[in-house]
Amino acid sequence: MATTRILEWLGRLYIWLLLAFLYLPIIIMALMSFNVSPFYQLPFEWTTEWYASLWQNNQLISATWNSVEIAVITTVICTVLGSAASLALFRYEFRGKKFLQALLFPPIAIPWLITGTAMLIFFFGVGIGRGLHAILLGHVALALPYVIVVVSARLQTFAPELEEAARSLGANQWQVTRRVTLPWIMPGVIAGGLFAFAVSFDQFVVSYFLATPGQTTLPVEIYAAIRKGFTPEINAVSTIIIVVSMALMLLTARFFKFGGEK
Amino acid sequence: MAAATASRSGLRSALPLLTPAYLWLTVAIFLPLSAMVFFSFMTELPLSGKPWAFTLGNYAAFFSQSLYLTLLLASLRLGLEVTLWCIVIGYPAAYVLAKVLKGRSREAIFLLVILPFWSNGLVRIFSWAMVLREGGILDTALNAVLPFKINIDLMYSYPAVIIGLVHSYVPYMVLTCYLTLQAIDDSLIEAGRSLGASRLQVLKRVIIPLSMPGLVAGAALIFVPVVGSFMEPRILGGRTGTFYGTVIEDQFVAVFNWPLGAALSFILLAVVLVILAVASPVLRRAA
Repeated sequence: MATTRILEWLGRLYIWLLLAFLYLPIIIMALMSFNVSPFYQLPFEWTTEWYASLWQNNQLISATWNSVEIAVITTVICTVLGSAASLALFRYEFRGKKFLQALLFPPIAIPWLITGTAMLIFFFGVGIGRGLHAILLGHVALALPYVIVVVSARLQTFAPELEEAARSLGANQWQVTRRVTLPWIMPGVIAGGLFAFAVSFDQFVVSYFLATPGQTTLPVEIYAAIRKGFTPEINAVSTIIIVVSMALMLLTARFFKFGGEK
Repeated sequence: MAAATASRSGLRSALPLLTPAYLWLTVAIFLPLSAMVFFSFMTELPLSGKPWAFTLGNYAAFFSQSLYLTLLLASLRLGLEVTLWCIVIGYPAAYVLAKVLKGRSREAIFLLVILPFWSNGLVRIFSWAMVLREGGILDTALNAVLPFKINIDLMYSYPAVIIGLVHSYVPYMVLTCYLTLQAIDDSLIEAGRSLGASRLQVLKRVIIPLSMPGLVAGAALIFVPVVGSFMEPRILGGRTGTFYGTVIEDQFVAVFNWPLGAALSFILLAVVLVILAVASPVLRRAA
């Protein structure tokens, strides 16, 4: 049918327009980081001087290391604690299990502005204070529910009979977990870990309220720079961030199907 | 009795695995949220050394000064507008993905659509400044094409905030709608068509009702964070970008009136919870 063909063609065109809307600003921002003019003036002239000047910016470099460090530690803590909790929720039946599962959603659903300000008040009030340790404390809490959800989704595809079989062959609980269950849920654990890294590395709102002038992360530093005025240096560091986080997500997609398709 | 014993021993085995994760969530999320409620009834922070007392004044400030209520309404309106634009833009895209594209090209494009949504939100908002400001790309491109001279300077305006937020959140809508649309059996659509329904009737009577859970889930996922947004209005809205979220930010980083900030945050939390509660029956039906 001719109409069907035309409609399908329009549909494809529409998708490409949406992709243009999603990616053009990012591409333009990236291009401007290679442009000579500090005021983003055209015509375009190629330079890498903005990237070179990033290396001179000690404040930015130390904030970058803070971000990476916090993201790595968050990833390790979240995968261990999150996988353990997912296993318990999968393996055992007990009263209050539904409630514990429901508790995972407020951290995801409540706007970060509310969570962040609440953490600031509480950490300040009980003497934890602000700084990198407070940011780490917050990031782990934000990323944990994602890890538990992702690992639990993977566990749904696991056959409990496999554990039974291993046990009846004489394996103890630790051996069953290490040799049978963990290998099966590994893709979920890796995907969860990558999610945790992304949540922490890209986190701005919560870090913003918990950072102090000396102890800050890259997004907080970028926000402060943006509010002082736009410079091609911000474009350069933003381009690096966006390339890193998109690469991470592509990696995650290899381990975890988002679409629910097999 | 057997079930009860099993249940108790289940908890005993589960506890060591569960405790670390839930303890962490308690310390870093649930206790802070409770503390925020507590502090919102105080005149001063107890640690600041100044004398403090319990008060309803922070809530009275919200209800007596029309400024806060006006800003909350402005934020709710912003949330509504952004959500509607996301539906208008995202739903057709989800439909094309689910029902028109097939195989590898579908997988690749789906990944491309949701990829930005896990990348840095702050950076994506900043990228719009490059496009929207005067002498930016939009301005330059339009002036190169059009025969007459126009000045496009959308930067620091309400539309700029809307554009930035829609850009940030439209992948959510595509994702949730795609999941429900994909689950609709094609034979239902064919049956409707062969019984004489027009394309529009099939859309209205079959496709939209069946994909409603995805629409509602997407709307909730977008509306809630947009109402609490402050970074996007600050960067793209400039002086016109004063919303409820930016006022809360000010209480914590500029004015240092934390108890008032806590009260304003808690009111926002209450509004958010009401919205989620209203949406939850539809969401549960989806799950």
